[in-house]
Amino acid sequence: MAKRLDIKDLNLFYGKFHAVENVSLAVPPRNVTAFIGPSGCGKSTVLRSLNRMHEVAPGARVEGKVLLDGEDIYASTVDPVEVRRTIGMVFQRPNPFPTMSIRDNVVAGLKLAGVKNKRELDEVAERSLRGANLWNEVKDRLDRPGGSLSGGQQQRLCIARAIAVQPDVLLMDEPCSALDPISTLAIEDLITELKKDYTIVIVTHNMQQAARVSDQTAFFNLLGVGQPGQLIEADDTEKIFSNPGQKATEDYISGRFG
Amino acid sequence: MSTNLADPTRLATPPTFQAVSLSRRIRNGFATTLVWGAFLIAIIPLVWVLYTVVQRGFPVILDGDWWQKSLSGLLARQQGGGAYHAIYGTLVQGLVCGIISVPIGIMIAIYLVEYGGRSKLAKATTFMVDILTGVPSIVAALFVYTVWITYAGMGRSAFAVSIALVLLMVPVVVRTTEEMLKIVPDELREASYALGIPKWKTIVKIVIPTALSGILTGVMLALARVMGETAPVLVLAAYAPFINYNLFDGPMASLPLMMVNERNNPTQAGFERLWGAAITLVLIITLFNLLATVISRALAPKTK
Repeated sequence: MAKRLDIKDLNLFYGKFHAVENVSLAVPPRNVTAFIGPSGCGKSTVLRSLNRMHEVAPGARVEGKVLLDGEDIYASTVDPVEVRRTIGMVFQRPNPFPTMSIRDNVVAGLKLAGVKNKRELDEVAERSLRGANLWNEVKDRLDRPGGSLSGGQQQRLCIARAIAVQPDVLLMDEPCSALDPISTLAIEDLITELKKDYTIVIVTHNMQQAARVSDQTAFFNLLGVGQPGQLIEADDTEKIFSNPGQKATEDYISGRFG
Repeated sequence: MSTNLADPTRLATPPTFQAVSLSRRIRNGFATTLVWGAFLIAIIPLVWVLYTVVQRGFPVILDGDWWQKSLSGLLARQQGGGAYHAIYGTLVQGLVCGIISVPIGIMIAIYLVEYGGRSKLAKATTFMVDILTGVPSIVAALFVYTVWITYAGMGRSAFAVSIALVLLMVPVVVRTTEEMLKIVPDELREASYALGIPKWKTIVKIVIPTALSGILTGVMLALARVMGETAPVLVLAAYAPFINYNLFDGPMASLPLMMVNERNNPTQAGFERLWGAAITLVLIITLFNLLATVISRALAPKTK
């Protein structure tokens, strides 16, 4: 299931604006990679380019390669819809589908792909909700709207929805930034568990969070306003937080910058 | 002596808070008077109209025949009969118009919001819709008369009326649908894409259902509006005092047309039919508006 991602010479643009420059990075499978860096440095943009969500914005453009187990997701023969089915995403703000019940939210990906078998859908719903540590809280009210849950529960519902389609990679864009510390802890525990089955890339502004959940950390920075963001360095999380190779990384982590 | 100093009501410094100043009270009173005055000016004619319509029309529609019979075979001064033929005409012309307008309007709105972006075609479409919104109903009616009857050689019919109503309804449907689609957050679209759901399916299964309550409300309100239109029925359909079920041929009554017709009838019977038709039209439109509210409540995304 879990696959590796290799980012090669990635350049990202919004219209004429060069947003991110020359990113190359290997994301090993069954591993959590954290993207950290100041606001506007392009870490979310890079994350969104990993499942071809970047190109949804008008005028957005991609150069370079992103290889999923050696296969370029930007090859001209590749259907972006297939890429997104294989590489799932959890967003900053919980975004359950407002017209659907909790159960339907979880199985939305399968149902809309044409799976009709009710027993199969129920099984997937339970498995995914258990996988997202939400089953015990919602098992008695699966028919209630997704919007009736608390923010933290909604975010776990979104994670359940993302893993219900059994992706190879899970991308998370600041998944805890809208949540309270207890819900954040629940999601962090969940990430540690999901790591057994998925390749995870997470963008976070919270450096303690990066230190707690990730195995590898990539530090992004931008040299000045209007300049493209760059990947400064990527290494084992332990090394980045104890003995980073670059001065900029050390400054950022120790809070002397950004 | 020291009690004086301990008195908490005695302040050493001037108080921070003071009473509302006189000038502010005057301005407040002036603005309040203006707002209330405007409210009364708006409400008086409304209540007056409703009162007149109900007072004159209500006794007429209490008769069961009103809802079941036409005026077929009755002389102008003869009382009795009903407005079934006109009610049927109004509803069927509105319905046919709705069946044609709603898909066209919704698809235009989907194109504009989901696909058009800032393209030239989208801009041109928006411009056209804007113009069409401002077209008076008599112009739409005369346009249909020219194209459908003069050039295409068709006869005056209920269907011609429906076509003219389509011209009036489509821009309203486009506008409301567009607004409703725009307020569906992009995060929902992205959440759907991230599950590997193609764009068209995202629109059909996620975006439209989320906006459905607002879209249907807009459709019902637009329908209520076009059913009261008088110019198209005057120009495009002849009045018939009998029931005509044929949409494509022959004269067909509708409530506005019946009212215009009975206004030329100076007898007591004409007076009754005129106000009976008026209150019936008001009731039908009110019913549609109520239905719009009910639908919107029933379909709105729930959080409880």
